Amino acid sequence: MTEITEVPSPFCGIGTDDLTIRVDGVSLRVIENGCAVNTTAFEQPITDTSARVDGKAVSLEVAIAKAADLLKDTRLPVIGGCATDVNGMRGLLALADRCGAVVDNINFTGARNNFLALQDSGWMNTTLAEVKNRCDFLLVVGTDLEVFAPRFFERYLWNKEAMFLDDTRQRSVIYLGKAPSGAASTSPSGQKAQVFDCAIDDLPEVVAVLRALVKGLPIRAISVCGITVVDLQSIADKFKAAKYGVVTWAAGALAYPQAELTVQTLSEMIKDINDQNTRCSGLPLAGKDGDQTANQVCGWTTGYPARTRFSAGYPEYDPFLNDSNVLLTNGEADALVWVHAFNVKAVPPVTTLPTIVVSRSGMIFAKEPAVFIPVGTPGIDHAGHAYRMDNVVAIRLKKLRDSGLPSTADVLNAIEQALQVR
Amino acid sequence: MLIKLTGGTVYDPASGVDGKLQDIYIQDGRIVKAPTEALQIDKEYDLKGKVVMSGAIDMHTHIGGGKGNIARTLLPEDHRQDPVQRSDITRSGCGHAMPSSFVTGYRYAEMGYTAGFEPAVLPINARQAHMEMADIPILDKGGYVMMGSDDYLLRLLTAKKDQKAINDYVAWTMHSAKAIGVKVVNPGGINAFKFNQRQLDLDEQNAHYGVTPRDILRVLATAVKEIGVSHPLHVHGCNLGVPGNMQTTLDTIQGIGGLPMHLTHIQFHSYGTEGDFKFSSGAAQIAEAVNLNKNITIDVGQILFGQTVTASGDSMRQHANHKHASPNKWVTMDIECDAGCGVVPFKYKDKNFVNALQWAIGLETFLLVDDPWRIFLTTDHPNGAPFTSYPHLIRLLMDRSFRNDVLSTIHPEAQKMTTLASIEREYTLQEIAIMTRAGAAKLIGLKDRGGLSAGNWADITVYTDNNDRQKMFEKPDYVFKDGQLVVVDGKVVSTKWGTTHVVKPDFDPSVEKGLKDYFDRYLTMKLGNFKISDDEITEDGRGSITVHPLSS
Repeated sequence: MTEITEVPSPFCGIGTDDLTIRVDGVSLRVIENGCAVNTTAFEQPITDTSARVDGKAVSLEVAIAKAADLLKDTRLPVIGGCATDVNGMRGLLALADRCGAVVDNINFTGARNNFLALQDSGWMNTTLAEVKNRCDFLLVVGTDLEVFAPRFFERYLWNKEAMFLDDTRQRSVIYLGKAPSGAASTSPSGQKAQVFDCAIDDLPEVVAVLRALVKGLPIRAISVCGITVVDLQSIADKFKAAKYGVVTWAAGALAYPQAELTVQTLSEMIKDINDQNTRCSGLPLAGKDGDQTANQVCGWTTGYPARTRFSAGYPEYDPFLNDSNVLLTNGEADALVWVHAFNVKAVPPVTTLPTIVVSRSGMIFAKEPAVFIPVGTPGIDHAGHAYRMDNVVAIRLKKLRDSGLPSTADVLNAIEQALQVR
Repeated sequence: MLIKLTGGTVYDPASGVDGKLQDIYIQDGRIVKAPTEALQIDKEYDLKGKVVMSGAIDMHTHIGGGKGNIARTLLPEDHRQDPVQRSDITRSGCGHAMPSSFVTGYRYAEMGYTAGFEPAVLPINARQAHMEMADIPILDKGGYVMMGSDDYLLRLLTAKKDQKAINDYVAWTMHSAKAIGVKVVNPGGINAFKFNQRQLDLDEQNAHYGVTPRDILRVLATAVKEIGVSHPLHVHGCNLGVPGNMQTTLDTIQGIGGLPMHLTHIQFHSYGTEGDFKFSSGAAQIAEAVNLNKNITIDVGQILFGQTVTASGDSMRQHANHKHASPNKWVTMDIECDAGCGVVPFKYKDKNFVNALQWAIGLETFLLVDDPWRIFLTTDHPNGAPFTSYPHLIRLLMDRSFRNDVLSTIHPEAQKMTTLASIEREYTLQEIAIMTRAGAAKLIGLKDRGGLSAGNWADITVYTDNNDRQKMFEKPDYVFKDGQLVVVDGKVVSTKWGTTHVVKPDFDPSVEKGLKDYFDRYLTMKLGNFKISDDEITEDGRGSITVHPLSS
C-alpha cells in the first residue's frame, strides 16, 4: 500500500493537483482533497480486464484485428467520445486520417457555443491564477459553478491570500440567470453571493440589456425577464468600479438555441469594459471528458476543433454537419468508434452500425458492441497530458498503479497500424 | 551506409567555404571526412552544377504554443483556402497563414529548412509548445522561454534581490521549460496591462512594482550571459508598432551597456514620425546603431503583402492594434501571473501607406546592416508573413531589379518615403547561407549544426542554381535530415522526427525554496507538477533531447 501526493486530476477541469491517493493493488482511495467529481472518478474500480469481440473475451491482438477488419472498407466511420489524453488524441487523429473518419468530441455541441463566438468575433480571456490573484468581482452566468467544479471557490476565490488583493473575502460574486445550489460562493466572512435569477433561455435578452447598460445606452424598460434594470445597472457599475472583473460561464449550461450569441454578447461586453479604463476578462468553464485536450490536439493537427472530418483526404470542419449524432441518426455514418477513457457512464449512442468501443474499464452497454477494448485511464493507469479548462495549462498526469491495461494511444495506434499493412 | 554527394558547389560559411567544388560524405547521419581507403559508396548523388548548403535554420518562428493554436482555431476560413491532402507517407492538414503541425514540418523541409525555433515559450505553456513541436515532422526544434512579465521576477526585483538570485531563477526556468534561450516580450508590459496600463515606455514604471523595462532588460541580459547561455537575451522591445518607436529601440541598444542582446523583428520597432502621415522609416538610424554596436544581433520580421495572422505574447500592444484586425476578430489573454498573448488577423496591403512603408523598412534594414552574421532572415512567422514566403523574400534581397519592380507597385507616398530604390546591394549566396545557416547556428549555440564540415549532422540542402532566386529556393533538388533523404524536387519523400535542442545551465537548488512557497501561496499548480521532465519529450519514442554546451 502506498500513498501518492500531489496527484493531478483530469476529471474536474480546474486542474486540481493536490490530491493524496492511497493505492492498494489496483484499488484507489482519495484520502485528501477529494470532491464529488474527483473522488468518484478516481475510485471507480476496474472490472473489465479483457477485450471482447461479440461479447466473448479475446486477446487484445484479436480485438485489434477485428476492429481493423470492421473499419477497413468503411466509407464514413464516426469516432465519437474523443475523451482521452494528448497521446490518445494523437492516435485517434492518425486513425481518423487513415480511414477518412469524422472526429467529434462528446462535449462539442456545448463547446460550439464558444467556438462560434470565438470564430466570429474573438474574446478577451483569462486563466485561473489571474482569477486567484486579481479578480475582485466575479459574474457567473447561467451556470451552477460549484456543481461544475466543486473546489473552484475554495481554490481560486476564497484562497487565503492573493498577490493583488488585501482581503480575498471582500471579493464580490453575482449569479445571473441561475442560482447556486449550495453555499460555496459565500465568502469566508459570511458575505453571500447576489443572485439575479431568470429562466435560462431568457439570458439572451438579459445579457443584451446588461451590455447596453455597460455601453451607457438608454434603456426604457423597468425590468427584463423578471430582473429590474436597476439591478442590471448595478452589475454594470460593479464592472466599471472593479479593477479586474471576471465573467464566467459553462458553454454547455447555456442549453438553448443560438446560445453562441449569448457568449458573443458577453465577450463583446468584456471588450467594451476594457475600453472604459479598467480591466475585465472572460473565463469559459470546460475541461471535462478531455474536451479541451481533444480540441487542442485536433487544433494543431488539423487547424480545426474536434468536430472535423477526414473523408475528403484532408480535414474539413463543420460544427453542425459533422455532429456524430446527426450522422448516426441520418444514416450517413457506416461505423462507430467510441473512445472514452475517463467516465464509465459516458456510453456510446445506441446504433445498429458496427461499433468499436475503446473505453474505461467498467462501462456497461445497453447493446454489446462488436468490439470492446477496455483501456487504462490517463492519470491513473498511465502517465499522460490533459488540458484544464483555461486551455493554456496542460497538466502532467501521473501513473498511480500497474493495472496492465493498455493506453488509448496503444490501442488506436495498433488499429491504425493494422489498417496500414492491409 | 556511406553516401557521397559528388561535385556540388558548396557554400559553407561555418568553414569559410564560399562556392567551392567539394564532395561531401555522409555516414550514420553525420558528415564524415573523405574515406582514406577504398570504401564502398552505397549511394552517390551527382551534384555537378548544383548549389549545396547546410539545412536552413529559422531562428524565430512561431511554430509551437498556445497562441498559435488560438490563431488556428480563430481562422477556419483561412485553412479552407489551403487544404492539404494526406498521402501514404504524409498526414493531412492545412496550410497558409498558420499551418497545422505536420504541414509545418513538410513545408519547411520542402524549402530546405531542417530546424525551427519557437521564440515565445511561456513557462506555464511550455508543455504545449513542446507537444505541438513534437508533432512537427522532420525539423529539429527548440524554444526560448519567455520571462520579464512574470510576477515572480518582478517580485524579486522589487525586493532588491541580487543578480545571483535572478540567475538561479532564470536557469531554473530554462530547465523547467526545456529551453535553449530566454526571450523577453514588451519587458514588464504584459504585466502592466493586467494593471490596466496601456503603454509602457523604456523608463516608465510598472504601476504595481515600480520596475521599468530598462531594469528588466538589464537583469535578464546579465543573467543570460552569466549563466552561460550562448543565445543572447532575445528581445521583443517596448512600443511595438508605435510611430516613433525607433528612438525607444536606439535607447534600448544604448541602455544594455554592451551586453549581448538580440533584437527581434526589428522592422516593427524602426518607425519614425516624419512626413505627412507622421510615419516614416527609421531603418537607416537603426542599421547604423546595429553596425556600430557589435554586441547587438537582429532579425528583421519582414512583412510581405497578403493575409496573415499576428500571434504575440504582447497582449498590451496586440490589444491596442486590434482596431486593425482583418477580418475583424481578435483574442487577448492574461495568463497565469506568467505572461499573456494576443492574436490579431492582419491583411498587409501594398496600397496601404503604412503597410507599404513597413515592407520597405524591413528591406532597408536587411540591406543597410553590413554584417550578415548579425542579422537573420525572418518574417516573424506568421506575424509579418507566413514562412512559406521566404523564397520570395530571398529574391527581393538578391535581385535589385526585381526589388525595384515590386517597389514601383506599392503606395506612391510610401515610395517617396523610402531610400530603397537607391540601395544597390544584392545579397550573395554566401550571405544568404550565413543568415539562414551558419549565423543562425552560431547565434543559438547549436553544436554540430549549420555547417558542412566533418562531424556536423548531415542536414544538407541541394538547389539548382537559377537566376530567379525565388524559384531556386522554393524547390530544392534534395534535402537530407540527419543523413536521411527527406525531400526530392521540393516534395517530401520520407519523414523522420527531429530532436529538441536545449541548454541546461547550472543553478543553486535552494532556488526552489522560495519558488515552492510562491507556487503554494499564489499559483494553481504544485511546483513539482510544473517542471517538465525529459521523459515527457522522449517517452513516446519519437522525441529526443540534445543538450548543447554552455559558453564559458
